Amino acid sequence: MSSRDPQRQPVAGWLFITPMLVVLGLFLAAPIVMALWVSVSDWTGRGSPFSSEVSFVGAQHYRDLLATDGLARQDFMTSMRNTFYYVLGVVPAQTVLALTLAVIVNQRFLRGRTFFRTAFYFPSVVSSVAISLVFLFLFTGTGAVNQFLGLFGISGPNWFADSRGVLHVAGDAVGLWDASAPPSGLAGTEVLSLSLWEWLAGPSVALSAIMLQVVWTTAGTFMLMFLAALQDLPAEVDEAAMVDGANRWQRFMNVTVPHLRPTILLVITLGIIGTWQVFDQVYIMTDGGPAKTTLTPAYLSFQTAFENIDFPKGAAIAFLLFALIFVLTQLQRFLLRDRDEARQRRAERQQRRQRRHTPARPTSEVSA
Amino acid sequence: MSTTTRTAAPKTSAPAVGERDTSVKKVVVYAALIAFAIIYIYPFVVQLVTAFKTNADAVDHPLSLIPDPFSLDAWNRLLDTQFPLWFTNSFVVTIFVTVMRVLFCSMAGYALARLKFFGRDTVFLLLLAVMSVPGIVLLIPKFLVINYLGIYNSYPALILPLAVDAAGVFIMKQFFEQIPPSIEEAARIDGAGPFRTFWSVVLPMARPALITLTILSFQGSWNELGHFIIATNDSDLYTLTRGLASLTSGGLGSGNQFPITMMAGLLMTIPSAIVFIFFQRYFTQGANAGAEKG
Repeated sequence: MSSRDPQRQPVAGWLFITPMLVVLGLFLAAPIVMALWVSVSDWTGRGSPFSSEVSFVGAQHYRDLLATDGLARQDFMTSMRNTFYYVLGVVPAQTVLALTLAVIVNQRFLRGRTFFRTAFYFPSVVSSVAISLVFLFLFTGTGAVNQFLGLFGISGPNWFADSRGVLHVAGDAVGLWDASAPPSGLAGTEVLSLSLWEWLAGPSVALSAIMLQVVWTTAGTFMLMFLAALQDLPAEVDEAAMVDGANRWQRFMNVTVPHLRPTILLVITLGIIGTWQVFDQVYIMTDGGPAKTTLTPAYLSFQTAFENIDFPKGAAIAFLLFALIFVLTQLQRFLLRDRDEARQRRAERQQRRQRRHTPARPTSEVSA
Repeated sequence: MSTTTRTAAPKTSAPAVGERDTSVKKVVVYAALIAFAIIYIYPFVVQLVTAFKTNADAVDHPLSLIPDPFSLDAWNRLLDTQFPLWFTNSFVVTIFVTVMRVLFCSMAGYALARLKFFGRDTVFLLLLAVMSVPGIVLLIPKFLVINYLGIYNSYPALILPLAVDAAGVFIMKQFFEQIPPSIEEAARIDGAGPFRTFWSVVLPMARPALITLTILSFQGSWNELGHFIIATNDSDLYTLTRGLASLTSGGLGSGNQFPITMMAGLLMTIPSAIVFIFFQRYFTQGANAGAEKG
């Protein structure tokens, strides 16, 4: 590491990153530390959380949310249940829709591809508030959606006011159970402050409407990712498969989908990270209702802190959500790790190393 | 991977051996396309049309695409609310955030890509760690610090926490790593210091990345909701997102406000739409650049 190296600019380097360090330090790192302290304290929201009157209470708030039977745990578990069904519905749906849209828009013979691509992507650049306002209107009891369903003789539900669980309704429809008199085995068994019957509710009708909206909104962004990947697919590979006599569906499943595998994994990962954080729509449209069926951890944490003025518990919920997202993404990365991808990454790393070596620079500076 | 190589990638062309785009296939694809297009465009048309309806007309004929009678009621009533103030607030905040983000992110991105200084790798690792913190988790923590600093209910509280975006730094770093170092070396040999090199040589070359970042920042701060919820509770400081969200606080679809909320949403969407239409290809790049951080 020679001091003559003209690229060595210790002072300039630190000056250049100072604004970033200040802003991220002040509004990202410091908040996390402060909130961690608050989540293990008994701060009431008045005065400084660092004053001597505020004391350490250990993991009490976390215990209230996870281990102690009570309203706090019941609400938290309700929000977890809701969001679990929400993620389970939204992530596959938006991935499939995005891929479908990308494949359609990628058809060579199509006229006006740019127009359609724009139309599908547009909701992604519009504020969630504006879209939520439109969907509130479309999904009111006498709104456009129900009038449209009425054309086919279907009388739609009063979407955002309907707390019935979709699985409860479906089970009732196929004769599995009577939703008005749930089987006592399910209704009487309590797990983590919710009865099995409640755990099995599925997303409520209200939550389903939000799910539809989110799938509709986010598919466009993911479509662009799929489109970029599709355009990287070499035509020769597809042709070779064709020569081998593979039909269109076989080619899609055996050539296109494997080629898209990394993109699919990325879309699913980003989808899971994004969906567990759902907040805006709940804040704008439902406030967690009806009957807490659109309560999500992010919204519950906000509500606990700012409406019930219980910052310690609100912060604890936020950290539990953080931990959950972190574990899920790590788990998923581990389960779906791709050998090809790893090999490719190794090759890229090697390439990068070689590129850095070319202008004779000291090797000690190379960071792999 | 560079975004430029992506756009430059040859589009698969020329129907291959034995491939015929049969008319059946065409019909199916076009049918699917039109169905999806309706699903995607119709809500915006409804929004546009309903904004010019009367309350009664909007409630009675939600499917109808012709306002009957045509009404500017919603517009007039909206002007009586704090809407114009919220619009101004949104503009002020968005402009400040965008300028600061573009400047700070490109400075940091350049330093992390090109300048060598002690601790650079550590800083970059910290940046990656910070990027993986889900934004929604930070709402309460950010409020605590804003409150502690005594800037709650002020413009600085709205603007400063958004002034740097870790993903933006990452995008700029990626970009600067692709610029050939020879040009900077030439500037240095001519006696330009790091600041001068950055300002007059590097930044002008970074135009595409700067535009992408500008658009992402504009879009991000114009549409931001969560941060503005925790940074203020004073309706004089509301931005559009926060203000409009408060318009629906009646909760579950109070049936008589729809033309107003549609008009408000429409007006809020116009700036985004203009930026989007003029800079569409940068959106595409931004979406993919953002993807690569994952």
